[in-house]
Amino acid sequence: MIWATALEEGCHPTLLLNYCMQEILKWNGWGYNDSKFIFNKKGQAEFTGKRYRLSGMVLPVLKEWMEKTLGASLEHKITSRAFLNTSDVPPSIVNEEFLQDLRATKISYSQEAEDRVFRAHGHCLHEIFVLREGMFKRIPDIVVWPGCHDDVVKIVELACKHNLCIIPFGGGTSVSSALECPADERRTIVSLDTSQMNRILWVDEKNLTAHIEAGIVGQDLERQLGESGYCTGHEPDSMEFSSLGGWVATRASGMKKNSYGNIEDLVVHIKMVTPRGVIEKSCQVPRMSTGPDIHHFIMGSEGTLGVVTEVTIKIRPIPEYKKYGSVVFPNFERGVACLREIAKQRCAPASVRLVDNAQFQFGHALKPQVASIFTSFLDGLKKFYITKFKGFDPNELCVATLLFEGDREKVLQHEKQVYDIAAKFRGLAAGEDNGQRGYMLTFVIAYLRDLGLDYYVIGESFETSVPWDRVIDLCRNVKERIVRECKEKGVQFAPLSTCRVTQTYDAGACVYFYFAFNYRGISDPVHVYEQIERAAREEILANGGSLSHHHGVGKLRKQWMKESISDVGLGMLKSVKEYVDPNNIFGNRNLL
Amino acid sequence: MAAAGSSRLGALMYSKELISKKRDEFEDILEERRQSSDLRYAMKCYSPVIYKGLSACKPSAIKYSVLQSEQVQYVIKQLSKEMGESTDIIQEEAIEILDEMGHNLHIGAIRFFAFSLSKIFKRLFQRVCVNEEGIQKLQQAIQEHPVVLLPSHRSYIDFLMLSYLLYTYDLALPVIAAGIDFLGMKIVGELLRRSGAFFMRRTFSGNRLYWAVFAEYVKTMLRNGYAPIEFFLEGTRSRTAKTLTPKFGLLSIVMEPFFKREVFDTYLVPISISYERILEESLYAYELLGVPKPKESTSGLLKARKILSDNFGSIHVYFGQPVSLRTLASGRIDRCPYRLVPRHLPQRLSEDIQEFVTDVAYKMELLQVENMVLSPWVLIASVLLQNLPAIDFELLVEKTLWLKGLTQAFGGFLEWPDNLCANKAVTSSLALHSNIVSLVNGQVVLNNVRMENGATEELVFKQALSILMCGAYRNQLLNVFVRPSLVAVALQMTQSFRKEEIYSCFIFLRDILSDEFIFFPGIALKDFEEGCFLLTKCDVIQVTPQEILVTERGNSVAVFLAALFRPFMKGYQIISRYLSKETKEAFTEKQFILGIRNFAFQLLQTGSTQCYEVLSSDLQKNALAAFVRLDVVKKMKTTNGFTYTVNKEALNKTAEMFDFRIPIKKLVTARL
Repeated sequence: MIWATALEEGCHPTLLLNYCMQEILKWNGWGYNDSKFIFNKKGQAEFTGKRYRLSGMVLPVLKEWMEKTLGASLEHKITSRAFLNTSDVPPSIVNEEFLQDLRATKISYSQEAEDRVFRAHGHCLHEIFVLREGMFKRIPDIVVWPGCHDDVVKIVELACKHNLCIIPFGGGTSVSSALECPADERRTIVSLDTSQMNRILWVDEKNLTAHIEAGIVGQDLERQLGESGYCTGHEPDSMEFSSLGGWVATRASGMKKNSYGNIEDLVVHIKMVTPRGVIEKSCQVPRMSTGPDIHHFIMGSEGTLGVVTEVTIKIRPIPEYKKYGSVVFPNFERGVACLREIAKQRCAPASVRLVDNAQFQFGHALKPQVASIFTSFLDGLKKFYITKFKGFDPNELCVATLLFEGDREKVLQHEKQVYDIAAKFRGLAAGEDNGQRGYMLTFVIAYLRDLGLDYYVIGESFETSVPWDRVIDLCRNVKERIVRECKEKGVQFAPLSTCRVTQTYDAGACVYFYFAFNYRGISDPVHVYEQIERAAREEILANGGSLSHHHGVGKLRKQWMKESISDVGLGMLKSVKEYVDPNNIFGNRNLL
Repeated sequence: MAAAGSSRLGALMYSKELISKKRDEFEDILEERRQSSDLRYAMKCYSPVIYKGLSACKPSAIKYSVLQSEQVQYVIKQLSKEMGESTDIIQEEAIEILDEMGHNLHIGAIRFFAFSLSKIFKRLFQRVCVNEEGIQKLQQAIQEHPVVLLPSHRSYIDFLMLSYLLYTYDLALPVIAAGIDFLGMKIVGELLRRSGAFFMRRTFSGNRLYWAVFAEYVKTMLRNGYAPIEFFLEGTRSRTAKTLTPKFGLLSIVMEPFFKREVFDTYLVPISISYERILEESLYAYELLGVPKPKESTSGLLKARKILSDNFGSIHVYFGQPVSLRTLASGRIDRCPYRLVPRHLPQRLSEDIQEFVTDVAYKMELLQVENMVLSPWVLIASVLLQNLPAIDFELLVEKTLWLKGLTQAFGGFLEWPDNLCANKAVTSSLALHSNIVSLVNGQVVLNNVRMENGATEELVFKQALSILMCGAYRNQLLNVFVRPSLVAVALQMTQSFRKEEIYSCFIFLRDILSDEFIFFPGIALKDFEEGCFLLTKCDVIQVTPQEILVTERGNSVAVFLAALFRPFMKGYQIISRYLSKETKEAFTEKQFILGIRNFAFQLLQTGSTQCYEVLSSDLQKNALAAFVRLDVVKKMKTTNGFTYTVNKEALNKTAEMFDFRIPIKKLVTARL
């Protein structure tokens, strides 16, 4: 196997851990093997493992919520196959000359079925569905693990020489079909796994930058920087598994972008290997006026131009104080008006999110068993206060979750400012705990999809960005469109169709939708699901929303690229591709 | 055969099945009113279902939010900049407009109306029939999405009746866009306002502030789901009982919130209100003959009291299936230009959208037409007008029965009293319309009509009055018959078998008559095929790939169908003759109407024509518009209105189409 080669190279000790990544992650679902939702013997939902705040806890109301909201029933269970049947897996076709050349470079590689299947997909619903009960038509023929920038240069040279197709692979968390291999690709497909390029090469405390290899995943990056008192502050929901290179390639956005910015604000320098050679700027400066910014050809290129190998990124001292918070609003409209005001006054906390009523109730379904009678009494009291005393309709109210960061005094001051604005929109402070649980939810929600899949419930999330004045209309219309489409497509139970405003900007907001339905009685659920998702995207576009805020286009949303960026725009991108990669070595066919 | 330019049709095609149309049953609501207390009815518990997304608010709050809306404020600022006035003054003006316009729903007024209308309706009408299934669908629709009610407009009774019905069925009362001339009726105007009417000026195209305030007012109510919006696509009461070509202004306003995605969907509900006898029948005939209509005033209404002792038969109100605007738009207006500009900026509708609005308007009118109920009298009137001055009673019954069969075969919505024999049905119809017809010595005669030559002007006028009144009932049949009839007319005019030739004549007729009847834009071929299909179905013609042949048996039907439309053919012919002979210089519409009236009177007095309907100002205006459309007459804008000039060359060509090709010869029949 490959282990030996890697160790011989004498790389960083965490390397071993990273090889293990595949071993400790599910092959047919989200996240760690040891963490998942199950129904225990008492029929109560439980989250296993020890990794999360929710781990090991019993969630007494989740079952009822699933039954009530999605019409799911514990009696109707459908389980995934437990192991990959390697005989189903398309064979690896790699020509011997290339293998000889590859061996000469001493770069580790594998042609094992498990390794190849693991890198043949992201986490779109249809991909997970295939893993559970089918097989991909086309998967990579070989996986290579370059250990550094120079290794990548060698691989790309070899690919050009032998006319192979390279698909870069970072954390594998794509939700845009970006990792799917084109079924009609005849050339050998090389999956270029960047996970071994995961070192922090240097930290520059004077300029507050760090130079890092692009394969590092978010949680490792923050942990290692944290050891010296720094952070990047870039925290996309997938940060446990997604990689720095992946962030750059998709124009990622992080939860705390209000304090730290999105990836395009964070990046100072990028090195990318293309079939034409290496592209990078000559200096590490905060800004330059030298024609169109070449970084913007790279960011969002989705692996169609080359492999990002090294990135210089801004770092910040870890804030001394962190505080969660939450505000209850009588309805979604007020909540949005409040967020708009906060954005207007430019006083948004590191993160502010507004969940709609359905998602608020969803959050409640994930409340762990309360420890004492006293807590449950307190909960009851709070509920009474909000619904009876303040007159909020429990089926209308919605919640904003907040995260403040900084030095203690400023945080408290900032907190007051935000709560004062909220009060003008009839918002009531609803405690730290609600806020924190809201953020935890984003990390476990992906696990919840796997639970749903066991009970005939399929679901997915998608996002968009939209000008402020259209937020309410877009949210309402998209949710309603989903409900209507489900009905028309013969879905028996009303779907879960919910949204939240997850980011605020000067000129608009980012909106995130969750959508799930019970597919019992439908013969081709994935197809129905895809039709509905497409309809939802049509609705978003008709309402003046964007094709994507941060998930990217991949192959899933390619059909709308032309109308999104105009013919000429698409032509510009194509001509760049034509120059950089005339033989389509980076042939994942995303974007264009 | 010409290729059909049918790309725009999409989902808007006639959805109706030509063969069998399923229609709901009617229920007479007056029956219950005659049996229980009107007072208790007026005081009943009234709690209509409401729109699920309703944000409850008072009319005053709506007015405030209209005034403060970005749209209105934007226009106020613009005007202030242009005219150098302070925004306060313009704002004041806007408030005045709002007050003049604004409705003020008041349950007391509604109860008062419920009580008094019960009394009045019971006096006036024998039955008021409603399809209750339609009501149920409407109730459902009101809860789901904002609703726009689109009734046909034949009488002032229309909107009173609709509100009354909705109250009866415990549905939300609509806010009605009614013409401002009602405001002259002091008490009634205020009562109307309190029962939910709001008022628009008849013309306000030049007044930007008025337009902005008005449009925003309508849209605010729609978005809030405050109540169904009601207005008349036809814009005004049809004096001829033919459906008038639609007006697009209000329709585009109520569609805009959907275009801008401010609402998820909007339901459009076509409503067909058919009268067995129209309250304003003689008033309309006078108007058509150019006797000015009395201004609406309360005292005028009181004078109309004497009609209370009269019998006006039955009313049928058919609530059509609510049509989802989103469904209509899907595949056509998926993306809107509104994506790139703030939605509150006033914007000219794009051509796509304008075309879509037009199509929807026609579609809704065709749906109205489809569900208009035809009474036996409509058939009788049609037969009678082809047999002036008198017809034997027995023959009339026979022909009426024959026409009944034909009407049903053509898909007409006939309400034939099923418990009566034909004789009695005809007799009772004649009794109901005794102001128009009389039964003398077994002969049915149209009052005042003698059909003699050399009549006095007064006599001509009286005869015209009777014929126009009678014609208004025949006209109700024409909507059902227009497609097969125009095929028959084309057969007659071309004297040909060749399908191609007949089709091109059909196109000419359809084009020239497109202000008289409702044709869905751009689907001449489809209309032609429908006409041919119906004729084939009734064994009137046989269609081969190249030819259309009239069958021996079908000849009399074809002749009848063509004769049904002869008044229009003749009328247009006379008008074209007038234009070629009498007009030398530019003229205004008023001059034209006066001129043609004198011209026609002379012809009628000397007996050189029997076409009394050419005296109808409706026909005259439509003809002028048709000639403008055909470039026969040129319309020019001047400082005070429009003037017209005739292009003699083009006129001669068109006149040829009429003059030399309308011999009332026997049709060429197929030798089979």
